[in-house]
Amino acid sequence: MNNQELIDKLKKIVKPYIQNEEAYDNLNEETKFIEDLKINSANLVDVILDVEDEFDIEIGDDEMEQMMDVKSSMDIITKKISK
Amino acid sequence: MKKNEAYKHILNALPYSNPFLFVDELIDMKEDGVVGSYTYPEDSDFYKGHFKDNPVTPGVILTETMAQIGVVCLGIHLINEEKEKKQLLQIAMTSSSIDYLLPVYPGEKVIVNSKKVYFRFGKLKCEVEMLNAKDEVVCKGTISGMMKSGKAEPKPNK
Repeated sequence: MNNQELIDKLKKIVKPYIQNEEAYDNLNEETKFIEDLKINSANLVDVILDVEDEFDIEIGDDEMEQMMDVKSSMDIITKKISK
Repeated sequence: MKKNEAYKHILNALPYSNPFLFVDELIDMKEDGVVGSYTYPEDSDFYKGHFKDNPVTPGVILTETMAQIGVVCLGIHLINEEKEKKQLLQIAMTSSSIDYLLPVYPGEKVIVNSKKVYFRFGKLKCEVEMLNAKDEVVCKGTISGMMKSGKAEPKPNK
């Protein structure tokens, strides 16, 4: 899976939870889930659970805390699926 | 042992008090769910206005009852079960989707039955239903809340 495919998948996952359409339309590696997309902390849990389902991986508490933006999420997902 | 004694530590940990405590008794508590009950006092203040001359328990109160028994009590139990002794510090209901099927009148006793969908990263999501004394489902749906826990810290002296 290349980076663009990964971003597209993430973009689809976060869509139901975003509150800022403009930031969503311009989503890129730098986009932050809470600050930019205005996803609340309860829905961020749903994003992580959907990521687990989509990529068939398990994310720990420490990793979840790092997944605050698209880039760091891509890093963790890539690391997990390459194992 | 009386039922309430077994779960007294959970009732004591609830962050509510009269007139906004809607838990009388916890009947069963497991890792994957909880059963509890509450009886709405006939003299509850909200019956004066909901509705004029026709008292019916408001849906928000039914939802709150389901959340207190089904999500908060269960959440306290789950946090207590964690290895490190932790205390519930902060809670917030983050979403609810409830269908209301039958009215609940003053003085009625209801049973709340909650099943855990997941408890991950501090978010507890439950499928909750409320039954009346005739065992009819009066409302049901999904409620989620965030539970922040942490090590108990001594309260500062006033």
